[in-house]
Amino acid sequence: MNTLILIFFPVVAALLIALAKGQRSREAALIAALIELAFVVVICVQFRPDASSQFDFDYAWIGSLGIRFSGGIDGISILLVLLSGIAVPLIILSTFNRTYSRTSQFYALILFMQAAMIGAFTARDGFLFYFSFEVALIPIYFLAAMWGGENRVAVTLKFFVYTIFGSLFMLLAFVYLYYQTPLVDGHHTSAIADFYQLNLTPAAQTWLFWAFFVAFAIKMPVFPFHTWQPDTYVESPTPATMLLAGVMLKMGVYGLIRFILPIVPLGVETWGKTAIILAVIGIIWGSIIAIRQRDMKRLIAYSSFSHVGLMAAGVFSQTETGMQGALIQMLAHGVNVIGMFFVADIIFSRTQTRQLDQLGGITRNTPKLTVYFMIILLGSVALPLTNGFIGEFLLLHGVYTYNSYIGLAAGFTIIFGAVYMLRMFQKSMFGPATARTKNFTDLTLSESLVFVPLVIMVFWMGIYPQTFLKLTEPAVVNLMKYIGTTVVSLK
Amino acid sequence: MLPIVALSVSGIALLFLGFQKSRVLLLPAALLLLVIALAANFYDWNKTYLYFNNMLRTDNLSMVFTAIVLGSAFMVIALSSQFIEDEESQPAEYYGIIMFSLVGAVMMIGFENLIMLFVGVEALSIAMYVLTGSDKRNLRSNEAALKYFLMGAFTTGILLFGMALIYGATGSFTLAGIAAYTANPQAGLSLLLYAGLLMLLIGLLFKVSAAPFHFWTPDVYDGAPTIFTAFMSTVVKTAGFAALFKLLSVSFNGVYNFWWVMLAVMAALTLVIGNVTAVYQNSFKRMMAYSSISHAGYLLIGLAALGAQSEQAIVFYSLAYSVATISAFGVLILVAQQRPVQTLTSGGVLGNNFDDFNGLARQNPLLGLAMTVSMLSLAGIPLTAGFWGKFYIFSTAVERGQIWLLVVAVLMSAVGIYYYFRVIIAMYFRDGATESIRVSPVYQYVLVAAIAITIGLGVAPGLLQGLF
Repeated sequence: MNTLILIFFPVVAALLIALAKGQRSREAALIAALIELAFVVVICVQFRPDASSQFDFDYAWIGSLGIRFSGGIDGISILLVLLSGIAVPLIILSTFNRTYSRTSQFYALILFMQAAMIGAFTARDGFLFYFSFEVALIPIYFLAAMWGGENRVAVTLKFFVYTIFGSLFMLLAFVYLYYQTPLVDGHHTSAIADFYQLNLTPAAQTWLFWAFFVAFAIKMPVFPFHTWQPDTYVESPTPATMLLAGVMLKMGVYGLIRFILPIVPLGVETWGKTAIILAVIGIIWGSIIAIRQRDMKRLIAYSSFSHVGLMAAGVFSQTETGMQGALIQMLAHGVNVIGMFFVADIIFSRTQTRQLDQLGGITRNTPKLTVYFMIILLGSVALPLTNGFIGEFLLLHGVYTYNSYIGLAAGFTIIFGAVYMLRMFQKSMFGPATARTKNFTDLTLSESLVFVPLVIMVFWMGIYPQTFLKLTEPAVVNLMKYIGTTVVSLK
Repeated sequence: MLPIVALSVSGIALLFLGFQKSRVLLLPAALLLLVIALAANFYDWNKTYLYFNNMLRTDNLSMVFTAIVLGSAFMVIALSSQFIEDEESQPAEYYGIIMFSLVGAVMMIGFENLIMLFVGVEALSIAMYVLTGSDKRNLRSNEAALKYFLMGAFTTGILLFGMALIYGATGSFTLAGIAAYTANPQAGLSLLLYAGLLMLLIGLLFKVSAAPFHFWTPDVYDGAPTIFTAFMSTVVKTAGFAALFKLLSVSFNGVYNFWWVMLAVMAALTLVIGNVTAVYQNSFKRMMAYSSISHAGYLLIGLAALGAQSEQAIVFYSLAYSVATISAFGVLILVAQQRPVQTLTSGGVLGNNFDDFNGLARQNPLLGLAMTVSMLSLAGIPLTAGFWGKFYIFSTAVERGQIWLLVVAVLMSAVGIYYYFRVIIAMYFRDGATESIRVSPVYQYVLVAAIAITIGLGVAPGLLQGLF
């Protein structure tokens, strides 16, 4: 088994689906995504929980410059690869009650997106990471702008320009790092492992820190770079929103762990606090705005902004728990947010509205939806025994160890999260039925099939998180040890 | 030398072919002759020769640049079938002039002596003045030609003046002679050299439309028949940058400290003017004119940061830029032909504005895809050749530590996305005319080839590395 298959299988499937233009592209895409999931599961089972990179591939890409097409999966990547594998079939399945025009292109773009994201999560060459990171924008841009809501054109263009702008600074950072690596056979190298070995001056670390941070902060997004996010999430068609919030934003968190912490440890030491404070401002800011939202999708968008702020803060706390928490929370958040957006989509497709004041009383006719919605919601508000609890607990523990005041401020996420989530549940599901909701029908089979795996994940991760934590632990311990020794040696 | 011979003979042959009543043979003949010239070009591969009393040099680099120029010309001519259909046009003359202009381009690429450079620049430029005005019934085409000619003739004077001053300082017209003089700047160089270099650069930078010598570009590109705009914006630019690169890297490397700041400032200026003005254009063709100015800015970064990577950067960038530009103009030609202009653009000028592309992708997926790939490549988005072009260019500047210049370039790249995406948005996300555009097989081949080259180089940029 090889990581290359994970990247190229969806590409091939996407091309076939796009070219065949068949009536059954939806089913074909689902089958392709399930096969991909099978590959992912096989890899997760075969994965040895140690700090090494496994299932590697390595080819010359631009040989004369020493840029290689190389990748592999280690403890930091594995959960994200798993998330990409789980998310895409569920997202495709979630569209079975809808028809999108130009169907074959729609599903081809989703699969193409999956390939780019797995490419980014598994790249072991700096430029391959950058390449995949950017390529992922093309399918998501077209998904959002072609099938999105009324205001989609302006909103998605802003999103695209904003993200590219941020990541161009990351490109400069990579090129700079590339020229710092020692010459091998007459050329520099761009392997991420070689970037780890560099002895960078504190001044260089400072600007590299910001170049990387801006790129990842826009992607996640972290306050104050979040202004593209709510509009894009709302205007995009729900499958694109699920891809964006469920998987794509994790590229940013992943980037923090993979690049910022080990490559510029002195930069983190100097500026990490600023970054944490920005992240915590985002947590509180996002929560407060979420409490005041009337539109369900927008509310979930702000909640996602708030949650990702906690992940960023946890990573910058530079503690083992914080890092572990971020990794498991990425998976948990992916599962939860896909579920939440799906609920919003189901309600919208039945009532043609997402406004909370026009909803209510849905729970009377819909026992199944109520139960699933509740479980996923509890996961989001981090109730013990659900997946959100493990992640948020570890993250808050990490931030608290770093600085107890900041930890305290970040802790508001739990209270605020409960407020806006339960308010959303109450306003939409309980109360008297309105004209729009009185004929609300319960879930169809395909809709239930999306929720069942999500709910299983919520409980599995909440009750027995060891399955996942043990995959990441050795890599995290190794990374922390590495950062510790580098900082000491650089001083 | 072989391509020069082949192209000159082809030009004359095509003129004679024009005596025939039937025009059917012209296009295939022109393409065939270009292929022969291209093959002749590679005959000397891996060998270095000096021709014409050491005035022209062929080496691998010059052959690669020649190949880009001839390949661009091949694609442009393949897209020129409208001449055959247009009763009033004189295709034989056009093809003949194109061949002669290519001779000029090859001379600019391979010159070893400033005289040869001058002959090349003039052969290329005079051909361009004629082609710009070739749509003689169109007032704007005439205006463009006159404007281009007057300003071009003026800068030719400056160019010659510069050469004379350099000769005065160094006593030599050869690149090697000048290089020997400038190799040791500590010894104190004549002021004439600096003045001469300045004028020489102005003359050449005018041709590649770098700011502040770009004022002719929008009007000329807009007024010229689209097919020749495609030719101008690719062949002239590639040849011009090849000449600049050769001149600066061979002869004036010794006085790098004198000229790099100037080029860097001009690069930044060109980027800002090109990109920011392009945003405000409503006519697609004018937008492409400003985009071409902005790409001159990126290429100038590669020169200002002259180093080991520059050669590769400029070759790759020129190639990516040429392919994308030609395919974009190819789509524009079809749109302009079959969706006649109804709208006045902001300047009160008739031209195809972005609305004419509305809904194009739905009716003509191939045209939509070709245009999208071109625009993504020009914007430098990964998966396309344009990304690696930018990557190489940025690398050269990072190597030289010119970070401020890169920050400008990055900002302007973000601006660039805005106007390149306007076409994509029009094609995919807006509704427009419902009848589809008829695309002849030749157009299909060229556009598919352009897509394949752009994506191919975008995925595997290493394919070209055998050329260096």
